[in-house]
Amino acid sequence: MKDRLMDTIKISAKDVQVYYADNHAIKDVNVEIEDKTVTAFIGPSGCGKSTFLRCLNRMNETIDICRVEGDILIDGEDIYDRRVDPVQLRAKVGMVFQKPNPFPKSIYDNVAYGPRIHGLARAKSDLDEIVEKSLRKAAIWDEVKDRLDAPGTGLSGGQQQRLCIARAVATAPEVLLMDEPCSALDPIATAQVEELIDELRQNFAVVIVTHSMQQAARVSQKTAFFHLGNLVEYGDTNQIFTKPSDPRTESYITGRIG
Amino acid sequence: MSNTLKNSLLTLDARTKKRNAAETRFRVYGIAAIGAGLAMLILLLVTIFGNGLGAFQQTFVTLNVPLLEEKLDKNSTRNLEKIKKVSTFGYAPLLKQAMEDTLAENGIETDLKSKKQAALLSKSAAAQLRNYVLANPDMIGATVEFTFLANARVDGYLKDRVTRESIADDKNINATQLDLVDALLAAEVIEQRFNLSFITGADASDQRPEAAGMGVSMLGSFFMMLVVLALALPIGVAASIYLEEFAPKNWITDIIEVNISNLAAVPSIVFGILGLAVFINSMHLPQSAPLVGGLVLTLMTLPTIIISTRASLKSVPPSIRDAALGVGASKMQSVFHHVLPLAAPGILTGTIIGLAQALGETAPLLLIGMIGFIASNAPDSVASGFLDPNSAMPAQIYEWAKRADPAFYERAWGGIIILLVFLITMNTIAVILRRRFERRW
Repeated sequence: MKDRLMDTIKISAKDVQVYYADNHAIKDVNVEIEDKTVTAFIGPSGCGKSTFLRCLNRMNETIDICRVEGDILIDGEDIYDRRVDPVQLRAKVGMVFQKPNPFPKSIYDNVAYGPRIHGLARAKSDLDEIVEKSLRKAAIWDEVKDRLDAPGTGLSGGQQQRLCIARAVATAPEVLLMDEPCSALDPIATAQVEELIDELRQNFAVVIVTHSMQQAARVSQKTAFFHLGNLVEYGDTNQIFTKPSDPRTESYITGRIG
Repeated sequence: MSNTLKNSLLTLDARTKKRNAAETRFRVYGIAAIGAGLAMLILLLVTIFGNGLGAFQQTFVTLNVPLLEEKLDKNSTRNLEKIKKVSTFGYAPLLKQAMEDTLAENGIETDLKSKKQAALLSKSAAAQLRNYVLANPDMIGATVEFTFLANARVDGYLKDRVTRESIADDKNINATQLDLVDALLAAEVIEQRFNLSFITGADASDQRPEAAGMGVSMLGSFFMMLVVLALALPIGVAASIYLEEFAPKNWITDIIEVNISNLAAVPSIVFGILGLAVFINSMHLPQSAPLVGGLVLTLMTLPTIIISTRASLKSVPPSIRDAALGVGASKMQSVFHHVLPLAAPGILTGTIIGLAQALGETAPLLLIGMIGFIASNAPDSVASGFLDPNSAMPAQIYEWAKRADPAFYERAWGGIIILLVFLITMNTIAVILRRRFERRW
């Protein structure tokens, strides 16, 4: 029974602390994120949910003053081990950012870039296949299949974000991190991306940071509530939104704080 | 009634009137400032072209010269070594003869002695004749038509620089000679035409301003620019990428940063004396060599390139770096695949502007002796390589402006036109390249 539970745990964080210079941004966070599940991080602005998300693929290292303590294990391996190369880690843990940020290249090259640098495709036909599969997974194939050579920056905001998801999916990651992926999108594009997130759950562990509690309720199975750098409550989404055990969670989801 | 309203929008209150007046005044100041700038520019261009265009026109004298065998090859051996023994001094009688023949042909009479007649020709005429004979010994004995440069005084007379009043104290030319010039002009023996050798030719001595050209110093500048491009671009771009993308932000990099900015403001003559001390006195590189000039100008251009490259790297949005790192690109891949191509137009522009700056720089070149006097044309001349003594365009202009003969003054202005054409071309290329690259994204 315990082994089966261990199988479904993809990421486990133990006593994680994050400091920006002297500012203690994340305090004692312990969380176990399950595979093939959408986990939502919610909380007011500045609570540390994005910071914690960026710890999971070591994107925090691009910020000089940022320091991470504690253990984060993916499949039981410490990703902050000295032997771990962040490049390899990020191929395994893909990321989609708040603002759609396609490369100023063609749609095809946007998606093919990851597989190319990781050597995932030998022949052109393999690469074509990966590109098509990824674009299909991101539910954008039908819209762009006739103009793969067009620049990715020429797409609409929602299409750009789905292109970014396709790009993240193309490197065959096992975990997909999404940092407020819908904050720059209109409601229709948001609905499309949410639908997509639900489909992506078949293959990946998805971790999504969101400001919208409705969105968290719609797309996630597990929800973590962050407040002032602490992980206040973590559990099934249903339970968090209906019977929160911590008064701070209740205040937040009922709109009294945040 | 609207005009009885206390706060009618149809009448301006005092405060609004005041603000509008202030705005109008400011616009007038702005237009006046731009107008003043434009006027200065036009004044500058008019002066430069007014003074310099003359250098592209030169006076030529066409003469039929009998290449007398008894003067050039007494024994009719056609032995080149023997012919070479006749110096330019030996060719002078031929020129006098040719001049007398031409005057007789055209029915021009003058009291001048033949030596004074031949003095209308440039002092380079005898050398021109000798070079021709050495190249074509078979032509000895024949009569050949030559086009010689006219003496700078004659040229100046045709360009109104030399007048009958101004030659009162001039021992190089007298009024009778000018009469002869008028007669020859009427006979179309003397004519003015475009002078290509001002652009392609070498410098000439003080006595022969009419023969001086920019060509060799252009070569010198070209070699220097090659050195600057080959060194400053890779070093500058590599340094900027490291500082901007890889270097940790600490007090060491802060100091480096401040000092690079300071270097950009160091007077260029300081780089010149540095080059003299380091490259020539310590490293014993040859003086006057384009390699040394290029090294000095590289030092001077590096800060410009580094600053502009860093600015264009900074202007690439961080989201692009995030995107690349997010799909698992290494730092270097994200820089070389994404950031650098996006920054390329800016880097290119900065480099070309830096090169243009280096091309126009004079002071450091004076200190390392890049003011070589090269009077023979490339490729025979010594000015054919990176280590051969040479001059540079701005240094050549400076040299000419320094010389006593007013004919050189005109050439200095002409040289400035050539230099300006180069600079404008480079800046135009920078603009075109930037436009073209930017359109792709």
